[in-house]
Amino acid sequence: MSDLKSTGPQTMDAPTPEDALHEAKALNAEDHRDASGRLVTADGRSLKSSLNRALRLQKARAMMLIAPLLIFVLVTFIAPIASMLFRSVENEIVANTLPLTTDRLESWDATQGELPPEAVFQDLFFDLFLAAEAKEHTKLGTRLNYESTGVSSLFRQSGRRLDDIGEAYQDPLEDLNEAWKEGAVWFELMSGQGQTSDGVVTNQIDRFNKLTSSNLRGDIGFAPSEEIAALLPKTTRAYTAWAVFTVFEDEDVVAAEDPWEAVYAALALDLQSPGAADRIAAYDGPQAELLQEAAANLEILPEADFTAAFLDIDEDWGDINRWETFQVYSPKYTDGYFLNSVDLQKTPDGFEARPENERIYITLFQRTIFMSLVITGSCILLGYPVAWILANLPTRTANLLMILVLLPFWTSLLVRTSAWKVMLQQQGVINDVLVWLGLVGDGSRLVMINNQFGTIVAMTHILLPFMILPMYSVMQTIQPSYLRAAKSLGATNWTAFWRVYFPQSVPGIGAGSILVFILSIGYYITPEIVGGTKGVFISNRIAYHISSSLNWGLAAALGTILFVVVLVLYWAYDKIVGIDNVKLG
Amino acid sequence: MAALTPIEPKPFSFVGPVMAGVGGFMGLLVGIANDAGLIGLIVGAALLAGVAFVFTQMWRQEKTAKWILIAGFGLGGFLMGGVSAAIMGLLFGWFVGWFLFWIAEGRYRAKLVPYLTAGQVLWHYAFRVICGAIFIFLITPIIVVMPLSFNAEDFFTFTPEMLRLDPEGYSLKHYRDFLTNSEWTGAVWNSVKIAPVATLISVSLGTLAAIGLSQSHVPGKRTIMAILISPMIVPLIISATGMYFFYSSIGIQGTYWGIVLAHAVLGIPFVIITVTATLVSFDNSLTRAAANMGADPVTTFFRVQMPLILPGVISGGLFAFITSFDEVVVVIFLGSAEWQTLPWQMFTGLREQISPTILAAATILVAISIGLLSTVEILRRRSERLRGMSPS
Repeated sequence: MSDLKSTGPQTMDAPTPEDALHEAKALNAEDHRDASGRLVTADGRSLKSSLNRALRLQKARAMMLIAPLLIFVLVTFIAPIASMLFRSVENEIVANTLPLTTDRLESWDATQGELPPEAVFQDLFFDLFLAAEAKEHTKLGTRLNYESTGVSSLFRQSGRRLDDIGEAYQDPLEDLNEAWKEGAVWFELMSGQGQTSDGVVTNQIDRFNKLTSSNLRGDIGFAPSEEIAALLPKTTRAYTAWAVFTVFEDEDVVAAEDPWEAVYAALALDLQSPGAADRIAAYDGPQAELLQEAAANLEILPEADFTAAFLDIDEDWGDINRWETFQVYSPKYTDGYFLNSVDLQKTPDGFEARPENERIYITLFQRTIFMSLVITGSCILLGYPVAWILANLPTRTANLLMILVLLPFWTSLLVRTSAWKVMLQQQGVINDVLVWLGLVGDGSRLVMINNQFGTIVAMTHILLPFMILPMYSVMQTIQPSYLRAAKSLGATNWTAFWRVYFPQSVPGIGAGSILVFILSIGYYITPEIVGGTKGVFISNRIAYHISSSLNWGLAAALGTILFVVVLVLYWAYDKIVGIDNVKLG
Repeated sequence: MAALTPIEPKPFSFVGPVMAGVGGFMGLLVGIANDAGLIGLIVGAALLAGVAFVFTQMWRQEKTAKWILIAGFGLGGFLMGGVSAAIMGLLFGWFVGWFLFWIAEGRYRAKLVPYLTAGQVLWHYAFRVICGAIFIFLITPIIVVMPLSFNAEDFFTFTPEMLRLDPEGYSLKHYRDFLTNSEWTGAVWNSVKIAPVATLISVSLGTLAAIGLSQSHVPGKRTIMAILISPMIVPLIISATGMYFFYSSIGIQGTYWGIVLAHAVLGIPFVIITVTATLVSFDNSLTRAAANMGADPVTTFFRVQMPLILPGVISGGLFAFITSFDEVVVVIFLGSAEWQTLPWQMFTGLREQISPTILAAATILVAISIGLLSTVEILRRRSERLRGMSPS
């Protein structure tokens, strides 16, 4: 045996790994190269492409594992946030509710100091009439009320009295000929003869869908002829709008119903338009005589003056500032919500600061940031000693004390918040103890809740574990011998700490601070319960706008600003700490 | 730790003033409570200085002295203010006995390195007292809730009966209310129906994605990670606002699935973080070895990889569960009257009608979180043990 060993493996009979290696080399040299001498694998591909293929497969497999979750997060989380961002600039309600008016208002110059022309008032009548029937005008009123107080009631009041304006034209026509009362007669007249004009119907269906945010389609059983659409354009528009409404909203048959007042007003306007009499005289479609009779008796119809009619309903329609507001907020997208969130308001020529008593958001943002900084600061102050002692005690003791940090971390947020309510209120535990000790009188119990103090104390407590844990994990890696070395070189306690230990612990402070700041800046529950009015954050205002004032656009704009701030901090956190380094427990 | 420094008894010129100081401070507190601060200060200082003198200079019998102090202060407390004061007195007597001999025998230096100056020793202990105070700050609110939940009255505060430790002052009625009132039981049921399903979704999707992310050569890994972690970072109010708009537009606002999906996505970052942390130390040659021996990928996953990363998956799942079980902001926005969860009930309770039933619920929740915390801790240790065993 010993002989054999000394002669080395080459002489052994059995094959050795080394033999195999030699053999493989020889094989490679012969077979595993292609014509140009590149290495190939067993299936004849070049080694490079084979490796690429394997890598691609691996990537594809990894992506297949990630894809379901990524799609899930994109749909259930990122899409909602995107929809919020979109809502902060979206302003389609004005153009959807008052399409004709906003179109016409575009060319009006507010700086002239004159009211918009009569045509705008006419359009406003038809727009508002339909909106009022669909009960959508109050929504628009609420929307515009955010920008100009009083619009809401203006719309609500006017909506009720629009019928009067229409009746002024309806009554004389019906007095002239009873046939105007008949739905069937109207249907025959408006259907006309020959080529139908389907575009009008489609337009009105689109408009109705936009107005009521629905998505209805289908045949309404009515289409005006092209001839009648050219002869009586306004009437056609008003009648078709009414027909669409009748079919979709009331679910009635067009031919069996008589139209609403706005259609009579439209007819009057058509009849009174210059040159109409001649064209009507030449018309020979169904119910032409009825139309010609009305055209011949024009004098029974009152002069069309919608401006006066609206001013009669409410003097506010004569206020140029109102019309300015309508004009400024008629585009489909607006920066108005964002301007509002920073206490500015839109004017026809740019923007200006809001009146002093309406400025709240800048203060609120400042307060949110200030309080978050205070909370972060107190978390550093309280967390640093604790993290230090946890990192420097023997493991067993440190683990026991760690439970005291982790228990609050794991305890329900509402439990901790309710605990602070119990502790801080005027009849609460702290006040009781202070009174019992005689430090404060029974009559002068400290007010520690429903103010900034309450929010700061409770949130410091709630967020403290988020500061301690990152600090602790950094401090664990700092060698205690560095401190001793510094001291043996003659440093005082303070110098050794400040020049040697502290700089090494800064990453922990940074990680904890950003985390705590990010969490606190968007906190909602705790400020809501212990913050009262003075101790609330921007989040509470957002919640208020969502659930109470229903100004969703403003809530979305405030949320977007907060979101951007958090995103910047998140990016910084990723750069400094790295998100994969977040540790839990 | 063994004693580092040989200890020696301290002279009375040091012990006396220290004890007088402690006595003065405690006396001042008791004195102020009885409208006689200055007298309290003097009596307290004199009392403890006297005690120190007697037991260190005249009759140095440590064990007996401690018992005498406990009995003496306990009796004193009882005479002054009944049962609860007697307990305070007993505790204080125990503290004085321990502190006196700790100071007098010089034991406080035993565990410190010998070269520390007096100032450094003082700072060492002052620092510990500060840390102790911070720990008390951390834990007190949670502790205070518990006895209050046994309050016999409908108050959020300690009643005089409770302070006297009178059994009359305590009752289980809030727990009875919590367990029988349909508002609360319904809320608990809703939470129990929502949280496990949300957890299941986040754990299954999250674990798969974490395995994918842990492989090398994932394009855009950082971005994907940032997106997947974002639900934890984006303020809840923003998530809730966005979900409210979006979920209403697709018609699942106020439904069971709306809440479940929202909670699932909020739980995902926790699963991703814990599972990727476990996977960092996972030895990939194990899966290759399994494949080498003929196992297909599915078998490899369930028989080799899963058992090793299971602790991480379970703790991630517990985090996800507690996130859903504890979540209130999103539920307020997405929920409906039909789907009120326990946190929502507590939130409205805190904001509107204040009833100590909330405290009973809180105590139960604290008990649950203690259970979960211990589970996670045990799993973490197990995971470390498994990792230590796995070849790398």
